[in-house]
Amino acid sequence: MTDQEILLRVDHLVKYFPIMKGGLFPKQVGAVHAVDGVSFDIRRGDTLGLVGESGCGKSTTGRNILQLQVPTSGHVYFEGVDLVALKPEPMRRMRRKMQMIFQDPYASLNPRMTIGEIIGEPLIIHGIIPKKQVDSEVEHLLSTVGLNPSYANRYPHEFSGGQRQRVGVARALALKPSLIVCDEPISALDVSIQAQVVNLLEDLQEKFDLTYLFIAHDLSMVRHIATRVAVMYLGMIMELATRDELYTNPLHPYTQALLSAVPIPDPMVEEKRQRKILVGDVPSPANPPSGCRFRTRCPLAIGICSEQVPEFREVIPGHFVACHLVK
Amino acid sequence: MADILKVQDLETQFYTREGTVHAVNGVSFHLKEGETLGIVGESGCGKSVTMMSMMRLIPSPPGKVVNGKAYYQDKDLLQLSDEEIRHIRGSQISMIFQDPMTSFNPVLTIGRQIAEPLETHLGMNKQQAAERSAEMLKTVGIPNPKDRLSDYPHQFSGGMRQRAMIAMALTCNPQILIADEPTTALDVTIQAQIVELVKRLRDDMGMAIIWITHDLGIIAGLADRVGVMYAGYIIEEAAVKALYADPQHPYTLGLLGSLPRLDASGRERLTSIEGLPPVLYEKPKSCPFAPRCVYKVDHCLQENPPLMTVGVDHRAACWVDPSTGRERQ
Repeated sequence: MTDQEILLRVDHLVKYFPIMKGGLFPKQVGAVHAVDGVSFDIRRGDTLGLVGESGCGKSTTGRNILQLQVPTSGHVYFEGVDLVALKPEPMRRMRRKMQMIFQDPYASLNPRMTIGEIIGEPLIIHGIIPKKQVDSEVEHLLSTVGLNPSYANRYPHEFSGGQRQRVGVARALALKPSLIVCDEPISALDVSIQAQVVNLLEDLQEKFDLTYLFIAHDLSMVRHIATRVAVMYLGMIMELATRDELYTNPLHPYTQALLSAVPIPDPMVEEKRQRKILVGDVPSPANPPSGCRFRTRCPLAIGICSEQVPEFREVIPGHFVACHLVK
Repeated sequence: MADILKVQDLETQFYTREGTVHAVNGVSFHLKEGETLGIVGESGCGKSVTMMSMMRLIPSPPGKVVNGKAYYQDKDLLQLSDEEIRHIRGSQISMIFQDPMTSFNPVLTIGRQIAEPLETHLGMNKQQAAERSAEMLKTVGIPNPKDRLSDYPHQFSGGMRQRAMIAMALTCNPQILIADEPTTALDVTIQAQIVELVKRLRDDMGMAIIWITHDLGIIAGLADRVGVMYAGYIIEEAAVKALYADPQHPYTLGLLGSLPRLDASGRERLTSIEGLPPVLYEKPKSCPFAPRCVYKVDHCLQENPPLMTVGVDHRAACWVDPSTGRERQ
């Protein structure tokens, strides 16, 4: 696995959103530290699961990787090219290789366009195939994602959430990308439909040799789909390891608490479980705690945690943790 | 333990432009004192509508409870006058909802809203009610409860709002708490906090709980008994351990199979349920799950199975025994 090519490398990615105050001539009075120095890499064909609670910056990370937002600082290397430094035109050509699937299948499809137009649009914009062939390609894509090709003339409102998400997948696949950022692609769907979409994503990964950045808050689902997992909290990665290592040997107190909070659908197991319940809420990213971001809720916090930001370091080969207490 | 609530053959319909939607199609269940009943189902299966019908909260038009009885302390909730049901709602049976932002009034303080049921139902004066409200906020784990009474809902975080809602629901010591997906909008660590809180309060106060959810995970650690709903029917009902260990309806089996487990050993493929849940414009004559069912036999298309006893305190609405794949008996 180690000899696989690194497809995406994120290096100290930072995204601050300014907080402006004042009516006519607003001044910046602070910043929301949405993403604060995130680094990781994804090898070709892998699935990196990026998990965290709402507001931890996981979606912002995804958007900054695709340059849908301009990062405040840091670098994103895709196939060795730094996307942050890229001019608009080469960036546009690069985009073809990276696509996104969004969380809300109701908001991410234009209600005034037919399914065929939605899926065909990227093909026309990037001009990869002659216009005459667009219709047949759209039909092909629809059947690839398990929809009836005759649906091309229908509008999004005629479809259920799961079917719409399949349309979103087809649109992402249209340009034959190598990287797909899946931003909570199943959290708006019902349980039985979630499994359908996840199985589809797995099949497509195998078929087209896709690489996924799978952003989610559902740790059970991430365990199912990801090969490596990164846990985010308040704009920083707390822990990153291969899937089995992270779930069997979580080292960061936050990962431990997060795993302990996930219910297991088995009453016999639940009966015996001892929960580590975190107190309090996630602090505001506009005013994050000094030192370790997690220290305000950490049951083990000591003096140094409020003074120094813990280094994100490799404690076991392939297992990275940002915690002062992990030796 | 005696039954505190007994619902029989509840049927609710909505009259829409597209036709009559049969949302609840003859639901019967009972709730014992101090028991926690989980109602599980996907969106649109009628779980919330069942509770709303029972509590007489269905907006009419377009909705109408067309049949059924709901006995609470020998009184049929569906036959009570508006005045009588109002006395029961919020004092003896109270509800908490999924979205704590939209279920609070944004222009009234939290303290005002928690105190209101105390003043209307228990006849407390303002000061008594305020004291009791602060006490309740403390019980649900909100720091500085006295100061927080004068806060508005937007000043609370999502988890705190849900705590405040629980405080409001429990302030009159209800016999029954109906929790309609109260943790769905919350993060997993906050969800764990709320579930622990409800468990503790249940043990302290002894109320019965009906917990509605789509998450089979939460129910596993919380409920004593579970009812699974599909297309307006309860299609399986059993004690919590029996349901997970030995599911008897193909839909329950499918739901459990489509859930990835945190403690799974390998990476098995999820067994998804193909197709979509139906929208019922007429009352089904065949099994509503049959179009998606991998076990279906001819009988399923001819007759809608009733809820049948399939084990000790275990009932399922399916002609087929999924362990053998053949028709029962």
